[in-house]
Amino acid sequence: MRALGVSAFVATGVVLLILVAVSAPALLAPGDPLAVSPTEGFLAPSLAHPFGTDESGRGIYTRIVHGARASAGIGVAATAIGVGLGIVIGFVCGLGPRAVDAALTRVVEVLYALPTLVMALLFVAVIGPGPTSSILAIGLATAPGYARMVRTRVRQVARSDYVAYARHEGVTRTAAFGRHVLPNTLWPLIAMVTLGIGQAIVWVSALSFLGLGAEPPSPEWGSMLNAGRVYLSTAWWMTLFPGLAIIVTAIALTVLGRRLSKGSA
Amino acid sequence: MSAVARWVVAKLGAAILVVWIVATLVFFALRLSGDPLEAILGGPGSQAGEETVQAAIDAYALDQPLAWQYLLQLKDIATLQLGDSFARRQPVVDLLAAQLPRTLALAAISLGVAWAIAVTGSVIQAASRGRTGIVVGAIMRGLEIVASVMPQFWLGAVLIMVLSSGLGWLPATSAGPGAAALVMPVITLAIPIAGFLSQVSRDALDDADAAPFAVTARARGAGEIRVLLRHTLRHASLPAIALSGWAFGNLLSGAVVVEVLFARPGLGRLLQEAALARDVPVVIGAVVVVALMYVVVITLTDAIELAADPRLRGRARAHRSSEIAVGT
Repeated sequence: MRALGVSAFVATGVVLLILVAVSAPALLAPGDPLAVSPTEGFLAPSLAHPFGTDESGRGIYTRIVHGARASAGIGVAATAIGVGLGIVIGFVCGLGPRAVDAALTRVVEVLYALPTLVMALLFVAVIGPGPTSSILAIGLATAPGYARMVRTRVRQVARSDYVAYARHEGVTRTAAFGRHVLPNTLWPLIAMVTLGIGQAIVWVSALSFLGLGAEPPSPEWGSMLNAGRVYLSTAWWMTLFPGLAIIVTAIALTVLGRRLSKGSA
Repeated sequence: MSAVARWVVAKLGAAILVVWIVATLVFFALRLSGDPLEAILGGPGSQAGEETVQAAIDAYALDQPLAWQYLLQLKDIATLQLGDSFARRQPVVDLLAAQLPRTLALAAISLGVAWAIAVTGSVIQAASRGRTGIVVGAIMRGLEIVASVMPQFWLGAVLIMVLSSGLGWLPATSAGPGAAALVMPVITLAIPIAGFLSQVSRDALDDADAAPFAVTARARGAGEIRVLLRHTLRHASLPAIALSGWAFGNLLSGAVVVEVLFARPGLGRLLQEAALARDVPVVIGAVVVVALMYVVVITLTDAIELAADPRLRGRARAHRSSEIAVGT
């Protein structure tokens, strides 16, 4: 239990650090993430460039700090689409007529079973590659998972004794929904959303890595990885550090999400 | 109807449902793009000639009413008439059939290795008790989280850096045949899955460890490893077996990344290249094939679950007798 406390503490610190990088990147890295200096290309990590430089002499550290806004923003946006759709479908399933629930739940189960990246590639192929469509694709591909979660939770709450009691006391169906079912369903979702943002950042980075998301000059973490892939054998720092940024963010959000879900359980 | 026949019919029904839902998803995804004709032919500014445009209109019945288009699409997908690739000018079915075995083999080997890692982890943890046990448990828990969130694109890149560029032990690309080319792709795919499987089985293992049958076995003098292998592991594996279907789907997501990273031909790389070129018929075909593979895997995990857990067989029988009692 104490170990969990320490890791949650560290995770909170990491998330705060990311929030600083998102809101005021110049505080952590005063340089320009897009400034090209051809003479300083492919420099190994040093004091001047802690994480080395890329093929155009841009500092990897500066680019990672300034890329936090794009990567975190993409993760949040994709999760918002997934959770938003999931909530709508989940509530329709959980509270709708039994036939609707049965049919829609079947569909959701099948879509949930499709591999996330495969489904996202279908959407990307149809909409066309790019940063916006990669957000949309990951959002749509993660929606079935959230819909399942919301449905289960809605049914639990709607069948609980306190809702039955409220209805028995004469509270209308709408009022009981607004006062009891809605908040009690959505609160526990916070933990899932925290976990989900970390996963969404990884998924969107995967799309960028495959060349289907953000384009190389932007300092988004996934596209930095994609740029580094070509120079893997000579400039390992171009791949190592952006990847570490993604992993550290994902782990911090996972640990935090677990801590939150234990707290609310 | 016998239990086996009932089971087969249920699985067939599930397969039909999956194909129908995927076909519907594809249909709506194409309309979501605004102009389905444009999407099929490779997006705005496609260089498709008049003949190709007419062929696409005919193939997808785009000049027919929407409901008719939908029914035709259902029929085509159900009968695996997936059309021709616009980028490669080859039948989609041939392209898929050529790449499928390689990816299937990669995924199956990776799943096996992931299971082996997860079980080894359980054995190590069961063997260490007391203070060391607490430390080992904490380390394992940390490793599990790190492993399960580790993106394959990064893990694979680090493996290439260390084992190929650094030490020169293994080839960086996995295009050729031979076991050496498979090592890094398999490790890259297996580690996140192993982290996930061992997280899931840990809770079940803890429960089984405290169950009366485990206590009895210990009271009779069985060692920790014997209790694990003979008694508790079977229980702990149940949720992980049930989730192996999900894990297989995850492996296919990973296969896209791994095949691109290691320049290994396969279904995943075909899918990535098709998405990049907006070769929609190939993408649709790959999605359908993946969905069908999922049905097969779920059927297999169901069968393995029945083999591993005799209680499920008993429950099925009890369920049937209650039906008879009601008179259905």
